[in-house]
Amino acid sequence: MNKRTERIRELASNLLKEGTVEMVIGFGRGTTPMATRPDIARTPEDVEKLVWNSNCSLNLANYLTDRKGQIGIIAKGCDSRNIVNHIVENKILREQLYIIGVPCTGMVDKVRLAALCDEEILEYTEDGEGSITLKTASGKKEAAKEDYLKPNCATCMHRNPVIYDDLAADLVDEPEIEDQFADVKAIEAMAPKEKWDYFDDLVNECIRCYACRNACPLCFCPTCFVDESGPQWVGKGQSETDVKTFHFLRAYHCAGRCTDCGACVEACPMDINVRAFTRKLVKDSLEIYDWEAGLDMEKRPPLDTFNPNDPDDFIK
Amino acid sequence: MEHMGIEKERLHFSWISSAEATKFAHVAKEVTDSVRSIEPNEKLVKQLD
Repeated sequence: MNKRTERIRELASNLLKEGTVEMVIGFGRGTTPMATRPDIARTPEDVEKLVWNSNCSLNLANYLTDRKGQIGIIAKGCDSRNIVNHIVENKILREQLYIIGVPCTGMVDKVRLAALCDEEILEYTEDGEGSITLKTASGKKEAAKEDYLKPNCATCMHRNPVIYDDLAADLVDEPEIEDQFADVKAIEAMAPKEKWDYFDDLVNECIRCYACRNACPLCFCPTCFVDESGPQWVGKGQSETDVKTFHFLRAYHCAGRCTDCGACVEACPMDINVRAFTRKLVKDSLEIYDWEAGLDMEKRPPLDTFNPNDPDDFIK
Repeated sequence: MEHMGIEKERLHFSWISSAEATKFAHVAKEVTDSVRSIEPNEKLVKQLD
């Protein structure tokens, strides 16, 4: 068992024993190697099911929405930013939360790791020092975690939780990324037709399962626009226009709120890079409003405020 | 919108007061001229049977 898991269990168990919280939301073991799932510990004995490794890619802030009572929650950098979002958007109160911060060194890209092996991966282990071992029926494969980070983790500059009540490990150094938006710039440089074809190709495999929306901590509307039937904003089938309308509109709803946590990509069963839609908005928020979502509980989001100096060059 | 591949010729933003009829006519002409200058739109169109 790694040190972070050990410390998370210890802190969670104490919180539950003391009665500070009624539950601790964390990650439990998944049903396959390289998988974890959100899990809730309600008794001190329950904490044995909590784990921490480089597969904890989902965003736990998603499980806080409108929850009542005192809650303990495990939060890496991006989860903590979404917790701030939730507090700012009145989906939870800060006083309800006891946040166990986990300084993060990035999560791994399962798809690329799986591609390393010709056969099914039977066991995944990591030494906590950056080395990963994959076991298959016929042997073992070693990999350096650094080379297999998820794309959003590779450009992440907020690895440490922004708010926390306790820490499960020492804070880590925040990396300096030279160009965190190279992917968006590549799309921006395309001609309109190329851009259109790029997104066409991207959602080609989409089966409209809405896993991206369900995994997203920002998508907490009681009725999502795609589920609305009167009026029906968007068709329910596989028409290319409907599929694109879903993805584009969902991205717009995340403008100025997306923390680029990558939960959408992680949840996608078709391995679609759903972030390609929201990334442009993350870049624009930073460039136009000097805004990164979820860093400050005291500030209102840019689309929620008006400033006479807001840029308006696009209005003729 | 531009990022998803909608041509910039189709995208216009303007602030026109209800008292500015001349400006409205002017902008409307600019918009139609600019949209006519490119090929007909086939994006985000859905054929209903």
